[in-house]
Amino acid sequence: MTQTTPEHVRHIAKLARLALTDEEVARYAADLSAILAYAEQLQEVETDHIPPTASVLPLRNVLREDIPRPGLDQEDALANAPLRQDGYFQVPAVLEEQA
Amino acid sequence: MSELPQTLYESRVWLRSGRITAVELTEAYLERIHEQEPQIHAYLHVAEEQALAQARLADERRAAGEDTPLLGVPLAIKDIITVQGMPATAGSRILEGFMPPYEATVIRKLREQGAVFLGKTNTDEFAMGWSTENSAYGITRNPWALDRVPGGSSGGSAAAVAAGEAVAALGTDTGGSVRQPASWTHTVGLRPTYGRVSRFGVIAFASSLDQVGPMTRDVRDNAILLEAIAGHDPKDSTTFPDPVPPYSRMLEGGIRGLRLGLPREYLTEDMHPGVRQATLDAVARLRDLGATVEETSLPHTRYGMPVYYLIATAEASANLARYDGIRYGYRAEAQDLMTHYVLTRGQGFGPEVKQRILLGAYALSAGYYDAYYLKAQKVRTLIRSDFDTAFATFDALVAPVAPIPAFRIGQAPTDPVALYLLDVLTLPSSLAGTPALAVPAGFVEEDGERLPVGIQFIGRPLDEATLFRIGYAFESQMSRYERQFADTDENISRPRWRGKPVT
Repeated sequence: MTQTTPEHVRHIAKLARLALTDEEVARYAADLSAILAYAEQLQEVETDHIPPTASVLPLRNVLREDIPRPGLDQEDALANAPLRQDGYFQVPAVLEEQA
Repeated sequence: MSELPQTLYESRVWLRSGRITAVELTEAYLERIHEQEPQIHAYLHVAEEQALAQARLADERRAAGEDTPLLGVPLAIKDIITVQGMPATAGSRILEGFMPPYEATVIRKLREQGAVFLGKTNTDEFAMGWSTENSAYGITRNPWALDRVPGGSSGGSAAAVAAGEAVAALGTDTGGSVRQPASWTHTVGLRPTYGRVSRFGVIAFASSLDQVGPMTRDVRDNAILLEAIAGHDPKDSTTFPDPVPPYSRMLEGGIRGLRLGLPREYLTEDMHPGVRQATLDAVARLRDLGATVEETSLPHTRYGMPVYYLIATAEASANLARYDGIRYGYRAEAQDLMTHYVLTRGQGFGPEVKQRILLGAYALSAGYYDAYYLKAQKVRTLIRSDFDTAFATFDALVAPVAPIPAFRIGQAPTDPVALYLLDVLTLPSSLAGTPALAVPAGFVEEDGERLPVGIQFIGRPLDEATLFRIGYAFESQMSRYERQFADTDENISRPRWRGKPVT
């Protein structure tokens, strides 16, 4: 596979919502390149007829009774919010104000 | 009377007989914490008042006739497990000040049985690390050698137990984070079978791998603690419905006739010669005890590292998407939402966590998913098959835990691949979901320092009982010299606590 370039890292960082400094971008490009180069050895393993393992558990379709129960109340849910207003989480404006 | 009980089991005997009260025991541990923490820094938060209130309650419950196994026993909890009324940081700046509105099922169970929570212990940020140096809140020192790390990520819990700052502790093990620090601090650490212990209320790193595990001074204590926390949880659909065996009453009987396998891939040429020798000594000891030990092979072992780091980071990149700076935790100031997200996460997460989020997002991204993530999941199937094959012949496997003993603070390998290879002996069993018990196996010499080294027993899924039986027999074979605890060691120059006189 190809070398992980700074542009790759910036693209992935954007997908992952991470602000990185130029120094971080350079460091992660080098480190990810080394790790992914090492991971290349997986390609030598024959896996055409091997199913993937997403979970090691033999359990499937675990169901429970659908009974209404109280959840977190509003005050508890908001208690850790860095900014709150009128019983809501406060976020930066997403929509432009109409003129 | 100038000593304290050495183990959880002994504490229980003392508490039962009235030789000590839960309040006295808790006060003694709090004093030990105050004396030693300036050197060790095992704890991120000490909950003095809550612990004493719990201890008073435990004494009342005992006076009323209760006698649950952990009634009045002071424990330390890794700060990635939520405890109501205590902050939960996961070692991360992004969770600074977070007070969980609920608590983990394992904590609820321990609380019901009357355990006392001394506080929250240091961890690598989101359990991602080898040394606890990745914590945003400072390093923890190894009680056996203060210039060295205690291992990680459950390094705070391991150091607390080793230094006698808690009777026992809980850690979490995703790729070795209970076993490796146990091995580096001469304590006993179990990674239970995936699904044996509830993960509800445990801050997620990699959901197909995370497990909570007991960290204790000996094998019996470990069995007692697993018994207390294991079992089905309606709030965690990945928990087994199978009943929890009375592990602590299944320790005796010895290991005569047991068939143990020694995977040849786990004794590598480049490992520390002292670790290699300790493993071979352990094998000889197991044979003396009547077990057969034969060489075997887990042929896909060397793929464990890349498989783990692709899968665990992919899961982490999804799990850590929740840290948005809006509902809880650190929040960066920004005018628009995108800037808010990238600055909050860019400033709130530390370097190793950001690297793993990037690696995971990369492995999952369009064009790379098949080559990395899916490929890793397929090779994971082959790694599991290795263990299935071995367990058709062997009752358990015996292996070293980490290729080197504890390294010096600030001296971790700088090459990222070398760093990730430190986990190479614990990753395959994590990927297979099998239980593994790390037990002290003596000491190695390095630069004139005597450093603890452990051995691990890897078992069939849900067969923790056999691991405890092996560990118990192995441990009782160790000499007094080899079994000593860090806080009773006369040979190491470091501050020691001698036990508060209890009268």
